[in-house]
Amino acid sequence: MEVLFTLASFLLLMILGYLFGSFAERRHYQSIWTREAQYRHIVVVNQRFPREKNVRGTQLVMGSVVISVDYFKRFLATLRTLVGGPLNSYESLLDRARREAILRLQAEAEQLHSTRVYNLRFETSSISLGQNDRIGSIEVLAYGTALIQE
Amino acid sequence: MSVLISNLELLPDRKIIKQLGLVQGSTVRSKHVGRDIMAGLKNVFGGELKGYTELLEDSRAEALRRMQAQAEAIGANAVINVRFSTSSVAQGASEIFVYGTAVLVE
Repeated sequence: MEVLFTLASFLLLMILGYLFGSFAERRHYQSIWTREAQYRHIVVVNQRFPREKNVRGTQLVMGSVVISVDYFKRFLATLRTLVGGPLNSYESLLDRARREAILRLQAEAEQLHSTRVYNLRFETSSISLGQNDRIGSIEVLAYGTALIQE
Repeated sequence: MSVLISNLELLPDRKIIKQLGLVQGSTVRSKHVGRDIMAGLKNVFGGELKGYTELLEDSRAEALRRMQAQAEAIGANAVINVRFSTSSVAQGASEIFVYGTAVLVE
């Protein structure tokens, strides 16, 4: 009886994770694409030395996001670690997190009326949740220096 | 006057008069129960953990303030080449560390 209950809750979590997770991912990608088009005028580069001449000031800008993978994908990843190989289910998580972090950085740059961000750096760390220390959530920070031009 | 912060190695609009050495700031934050419940749900459904994003933003701002205070104390008015680093020191606690070169600019 207890085994049945455990199995049922596991299946429920898998289904919920799959449905909500794929819905959230699709919606997030849509929002990423629209906002990327909106912020295209803010050029973010990882060059270290700006060439602009008419610079009035500089300011550090940051964007960060903590994002979690859903239950279904985490289970797939657990299975994958048994045999090794590419972990496709985590690739989209990291891609979304990095792009979201850049978008937030661009939003901060826009508030400063800056259109150039130099020396972009990424910082990624995993946040462990739960008792058995599974990697489920990652934090991505993007930071750079916005140039404020005349 | 607040200390200028930049992660460039040179400031395009100012001239560096004097290099004053490395300054740093750090905070260690742990997660909180209410946020943890939400995070547990998000672990099933996937998606952004807004509580954690805010928590880490706050601690990063605090680390920056500490670094600025240190820079001010040694007579600097800018910190350049700033880098961030995050590490987890214990289960559920993470350290946010920021460091850079304190300089005196025009």
